[in-house]
Amino acid sequence: MSAAIEILGLEKSFILHLRAGTRLGVLRGLNLTVEAGECLVLRGASGAGKSTVLRCIYGNYRPDAGRIFVRMGAGIVDVAAAKPREILALRRMALGYVSQFLRVVPRVPAIALVMEPALERGATEAEARERAAALLFRLNIPPKLWDLPPATFSGGEQQRINIARGLVGQQPILLLDEPTASLDAENRAAVIELLREARGRGATVVGVFHDREVRDAVATRTIDLAAEKAA
Amino acid sequence: MIELPLLRVTGLAKTFGRLRACHGVNFELFPGEVLGIVGESGSGKTTLLRCLAAELEPDEGSVEFRNVEGELEDVHRMSEARRRFLQRTQWGIVHQNPRDGLRMRVSAGGNVGERLMAAGERHYGRIRAEAVAWLDCVELDPVRIDDLPLLFSGGMQQRLQIARILVSRPRLVFLDEPTGGLDVSVQARLLDMLRRLARDLDLAAVIVTHDLGVARLLTDRLMVMRRGEVVEEGLTDQVLDDPHDAYTQLLVASVIA
Repeated sequence: MSAAIEILGLEKSFILHLRAGTRLGVLRGLNLTVEAGECLVLRGASGAGKSTVLRCIYGNYRPDAGRIFVRMGAGIVDVAAAKPREILALRRMALGYVSQFLRVVPRVPAIALVMEPALERGATEAEARERAAALLFRLNIPPKLWDLPPATFSGGEQQRINIARGLVGQQPILLLDEPTASLDAENRAAVIELLREARGRGATVVGVFHDREVRDAVATRTIDLAAEKAA
Repeated sequence: MIELPLLRVTGLAKTFGRLRACHGVNFELFPGEVLGIVGESGSGKTTLLRCLAAELEPDEGSVEFRNVEGELEDVHRMSEARRRFLQRTQWGIVHQNPRDGLRMRVSAGGNVGERLMAAGERHYGRIRAEAVAWLDCVELDPVRIDDLPLLFSGGMQQRLQIARILVSRPRLVFLDEPTGGLDVSVQARLLDMLRRLARDLDLAAVIVTHDLGVARLLTDRLMVMRRGEVVEEGLTDQVLDDPHDAYTQLLVASVIA
């Protein structure tokens, strides 16, 4: 496999036991290959399964069937069959993920939260701090906020902390779920620039971007999940 | 890199009279891994934890712990002396109520030093120095080293209990509702501290909690228990974001957030 990610026959549905066992089928036999270094943008109407695809690659959702091969260094991991600790190792080494929500231990300063993924990947305290500070600066978080916990930050500021956390580990694959949804033009531009730099160092990006400006600026390929489903 | 499990639990069962407190529990825990056990009260979480920590003998099954020589030893089939030695040096229990884990009439420093003495340390100066270092590590002011835990707040007592356990450098820690009786603001600080300690010391931990928020922030893996059985397990964020079992879905849907 030369690709960064190869998905074969991915099926994912949700059974809602509290709603009389209602079954929501989201992905039915999805096949998708992401080449190393490309920036693939997932499109499709709300509910088409864009976030579900990202979450399946990250190992956050457990597929009903199919295989999800992700390259990790010289090896390959099938996320659909991997044990929890293998998924954790894969995330640490290969997958950066920016979700739509910031979920963190309360009362921890923003800069410490951003340093965390770098420390988990083995960076020293000094390296992690330097990288975190550089990202916070680039994402226009004023230094006077760095030592405060983000609970009181605005939605856009919290989202930028989340983006910094996703990028600081410098993993070779980045999964981005609407990272720019609550950002203004200046900060969207900052994110575009950071994603270009990540790709410059060889990173592969798979993302959902509702924002046309961001999509046009970063995408090297776009696929429509609704069309994939119909095919 | 082949890593071997630190703890291996096979077919564990415990009944109290006609009540099946826990049943058919199997799992492995690896060094540095934090496992959460969640479920409503009465689901068998604490019984399971006490069986794992060799405080309570199961009716069936085994709990094997990998000793420093690399061999698995069944904690319920070893001599009492050996078990007590491992309990004092290799693993530790942080009780829900600090009064169960601390000696309330011995100074804070004495509480921390005791496990070092149990592990063979005799030099008073070194014991005191270690105690000071660990008080500082759990963010207790070393000035309070000679105070009795009775004079500490609940959060401080909980942190003292953690220092008392960690001083002997255990490889495995059991925590029973570690943030249970604490103020939310103190909880957050304790959570942050536990995460840092697990990462920096490569500690394995088993945490019993009914708080899914605590489980999300603190654990790598989760087991959901109901009526003594494990109904679902997996990576913590998988279980919480994509719960498959009806009971887990109910638990997740019931969180007030």
